[in-house]
Amino acid sequence: MSENNIIGWARDADGIVVLTIDDPNQGANTMNEAYKKSMTATVERLEAERDDITGVVITSAKKTFFAGGDLKNMIGVGPDDGAALMAELFEIKDALRRLELLGKPVVAAINGAALGGGLEITLACHRRIVADVPGVQIGFPEVSLGLLPAGGGVTRTVRMLGIQGALLGALLQGQRYKPAKAKEVGLVDDVVGSIEELVPAAKAWIKANPEGGVQPWDKKGYKIPGGTPTSPAFAANLPAFPANLRKQLKGANMPAPRAIMSAAVEGAQVDFDNASLIEARYFVKLLTGPVAKNMMQAFFFDLQAINNGGSRPSRADGTAVPKREINKVGVLGAGMMGAGIAYVTAKAGIDVVLKDVSIEAAQKGKAYAEGIESKALARGKTTEEKSKALLDRITPTSDVADLKGVDFVVEAVFENTELKHKVFGEIEDVVDSNALLGSNTSTLPITGLAEGVTRPEDFIGIHFFSPVDKMPLVEIIKGEKTSDEALARAFDYTLAIKKTPIVVNDSRGFFTSRVIGTFVNEAIGMLAEGIEPATIEQAGSQAGYPAPPLQLSDELNLTLMQKIRKEGEEAAKAQGKQLPDDPAKQVINTLVEGGRIGKLGGAGFYDYVDGKRAGLWQGLRDTFKTGTDLEVPFQDLIDRMLFIEAIETQKCFDEGVLTSTADANIGSIFGIGYPAWTGGVHQFIVGYPGGKAAFVARAEELAKKYGDRFTPPASLR
Amino acid sequence: MTTEAFIYEAIRTPRGRGKKTGSLHSVKPLDLVTGLIGELRTRYPDLDEDRISDLILGVVSPVGDQGADIARTAVTAANLPVTVGGVQINRFCASGLEAVNMAAQKVRSGFDDLVIAGGVESMSRVPMASDGGAWAMDPATNYDTYFVPQGISADLIATIEGFSRDDVDAYAVRSQDLAAQAWSGGYFAKSVVPVRDINGLVVLDHDEHMRPGTTAEDLAKLDPSFAIMGEMGGFDAVALQKYHFVEKIDHVHHGGNSSGIVDGSALVLVGTKEAGDASNLTPRARIVATATSGADSTIMLTGPTPATRKALAKAGLTMDDLDLVEINEAFASVVLKFQKDLNIPDEKLNVNGGAIAMGHPLGATGAMITGTVVDELERRGGRYGLITLCIGGGMGVATIIERV
Repeated sequence: MSENNIIGWARDADGIVVLTIDDPNQGANTMNEAYKKSMTATVERLEAERDDITGVVITSAKKTFFAGGDLKNMIGVGPDDGAALMAELFEIKDALRRLELLGKPVVAAINGAALGGGLEITLACHRRIVADVPGVQIGFPEVSLGLLPAGGGVTRTVRMLGIQGALLGALLQGQRYKPAKAKEVGLVDDVVGSIEELVPAAKAWIKANPEGGVQPWDKKGYKIPGGTPTSPAFAANLPAFPANLRKQLKGANMPAPRAIMSAAVEGAQVDFDNASLIEARYFVKLLTGPVAKNMMQAFFFDLQAINNGGSRPSRADGTAVPKREINKVGVLGAGMMGAGIAYVTAKAGIDVVLKDVSIEAAQKGKAYAEGIESKALARGKTTEEKSKALLDRITPTSDVADLKGVDFVVEAVFENTELKHKVFGEIEDVVDSNALLGSNTSTLPITGLAEGVTRPEDFIGIHFFSPVDKMPLVEIIKGEKTSDEALARAFDYTLAIKKTPIVVNDSRGFFTSRVIGTFVNEAIGMLAEGIEPATIEQAGSQAGYPAPPLQLSDELNLTLMQKIRKEGEEAAKAQGKQLPDDPAKQVINTLVEGGRIGKLGGAGFYDYVDGKRAGLWQGLRDTFKTGTDLEVPFQDLIDRMLFIEAIETQKCFDEGVLTSTADANIGSIFGIGYPAWTGGVHQFIVGYPGGKAAFVARAEELAKKYGDRFTPPASLR
Repeated sequence: MTTEAFIYEAIRTPRGRGKKTGSLHSVKPLDLVTGLIGELRTRYPDLDEDRISDLILGVVSPVGDQGADIARTAVTAANLPVTVGGVQINRFCASGLEAVNMAAQKVRSGFDDLVIAGGVESMSRVPMASDGGAWAMDPATNYDTYFVPQGISADLIATIEGFSRDDVDAYAVRSQDLAAQAWSGGYFAKSVVPVRDINGLVVLDHDEHMRPGTTAEDLAKLDPSFAIMGEMGGFDAVALQKYHFVEKIDHVHHGGNSSGIVDGSALVLVGTKEAGDASNLTPRARIVATATSGADSTIMLTGPTPATRKALAKAGLTMDDLDLVEINEAFASVVLKFQKDLNIPDEKLNVNGGAIAMGHPLGATGAMITGTVVDELERRGGRYGLITLCIGGGMGVATIIERV
């Protein structure tokens, strides 16, 4: 074997060859050039020495089994790379096909995570044995990056699990399974308790199954489980597959699930090799298109940059600000937000004092954590012991003295500057003298809030999203005087509670609230233009937002929106400026005056019956004289929503509120529901088909038709 | 001077319930056709069969018993001269009318003298959608074209047009009443040919799908047929994504206000004046104009309006010139929308009931209702009649005839 082969070869006395994948240049094995050359060479040798081989075991020397595709190489391809990509892909696919047709039993000994391409290698084996050790995950996350598994992943899972089983159990949702569950689903055959047992178990299977080297689909008379479009029972349900996919995707621009379903169904109607070809064509279409690039950028590269501390401050000499652990968190205010913050903090193993004005209120906040835990217990997601330990870490109180020893305060009282000043005043002398002082506010400028404390350098904004236990983002806001050490501590705390931190500079509404406000206003303004409300909601859904704008407004609450607007107006007035009136303001005022304040009030843009959304309020159509004949292209409505947020984001960069594109992208997707397919609010601009210039041209078109607010900032030109 | 295309005869089988318990389930679709060919020979002993160039048959699910070009098989099985061709066509629900139109076009162009056109469908033997097809079955196509089943389209039409459940049910009651009246008045006597078995015994001599005396109260008890499919099958969401101004689909259709699933066949004899004279035939009507139009494939069933407008324009006629308008009652909302679009008075519209009462044997219906209009023009002494059908995939076909 060539010295450059990254796959180790060890043949034992019984004629079993153990292949160990170990890329010396990377921490994990990926489907890079070295792998491709090595796998092809290894298969050639296996074929040459076939008669002396009784079986093959494939395993890995890394902590993970195999990490999958090489995204660094993949994100660079363009529409003209189709032919080269097909050739490259078939180098991988052919080697795996030859391995499975070797005529000798091949067993995958899965010692760590096998996701995507890693799992595909194992599917080309005749048996899969996995060690049930921490960190092992089995699955196809490709769809979440806008891709499909093209190393035989679609073709083989369809033949193993049936079309429906493969689509729902492995391909469309990107599920990652632990070993036992992977076996239940049918992706692996055996589970052993340790890595040491893997190779012996694999060899034992080979000895017991000398004729086991034939895949089911290469045996005569094989039929795809559950049938194909030519089976009447399957055909009867087939037309509903794409319809339900459309329903689930809400018409958003998500090409990967459609491609996966198509490759699975089309491939089921032909032989293995042609199915494999069809799968490859759909993959190349996805990879050369814009959405996969957007999603790889956001969900792989940007997320990695953030988790690796991209926005964590450095000292002047370039070294990182040292870590200082947080041991005891004091949460002020046990409402919805405070209760959630207490819960996620305790869950991360940090002690929490949860303070409110009365012990009853504080206990009610703790009850929130108890509720979540009892549900988790009922579902078997936690143990009695763990759950009790978690809850014991939360101390509800009404006594300020209990905050003694707290080294991080998170204030989560009502959004009112005076009130916030007051509560900080009460606790500042009780908590540690160098405690970090955080305020969970969604809009109030941090610099102003910091005026209420004696140590503004230790004061920071830490904006959680509701519901705290579910939303993955935390927006950290630096005030004028916030120190780098304070920022580093808040950043580390956010990672410790397993959330994703983005860092922004101070401004009214910071980044997230400011940008989402433009989306909601744009959509509400459409009502004033006489656009049918159902059309507005469809435009929001088809743009890809998780909640359509009028529904979202009801959930945000219209009086809150009024209040934020008023505060903004007053702040502008104090600076001698005046905010321009926009049509949304009048719509919101009209609804509030009519007693329709949103979901909590039982009436908003929608009607509610027993707290459940029942349908759009018919009065909208009369009040705003809407009509069903849309006089502009539907795509204009979608673009107005997407563009207004992208443009506002660019202004945030221009004003220094934002400094990191990764933070902008991830913050917009995780925090305010900017559509995932865009790759985030900055990636939408640079990944726009035709690039930034095309974005600017379209923005100018929108400005001409709908107003100056769409005029792209100079920094984009 | 253009050669005119005349209708010399239009006959049909009765319509049997399209299930195992239906009277025609025991009869091969081929026999439904050959039985009608036999009837033509009986009625017209002087028919010069050598002048017949083709048998055109519409079949919507052309597989199994009615597959492999059943028209050619029927020609052979009926012992027509070997020089008679046979072609099976498929324009979904308008196949039977399309066959008549193609026959008219062959004749009017001067290329053919006599053509038999019609259709057959044994829905009890070959269920709808038995032939698969990319539109519904290929995920990429289905996804990209916003495919929904026709029932969803019919409900979408009702929702957009504001036809309530009461409106569509009232229309269904009308169909039952008029069909019952037509049968008891003997209006179909000329065209309906009883189906006989191999021993000559009558298998069926009336449309057995009808439920005379159906009331609005009876219909009100029925559950909507497409609500579950719309919700669980995802099809409502698909329709709403395309018809974004509709908040929610009102599912108003059910078995009682939609066309019945039945078995049946029909034939229309079309020819030149000269060929008719040579066979001692008397023309009954002239084919004045034919038209085809597409329509959006998701709402799908709105094609009759543009097709009718085209046919009227070609004929140089207006709605006022028409004495009878026959639109296939695929779903009540389709008829009501068509009536609304073209402002058609009740007294001209589907005057002898339609497919809601008597059933819709897919490939045959267009030819069947052509015969209905010919008979009724004669009975009333009217002049112009129009026949049209809505079509899967979003199409419409229309034909204008003139009694002669």
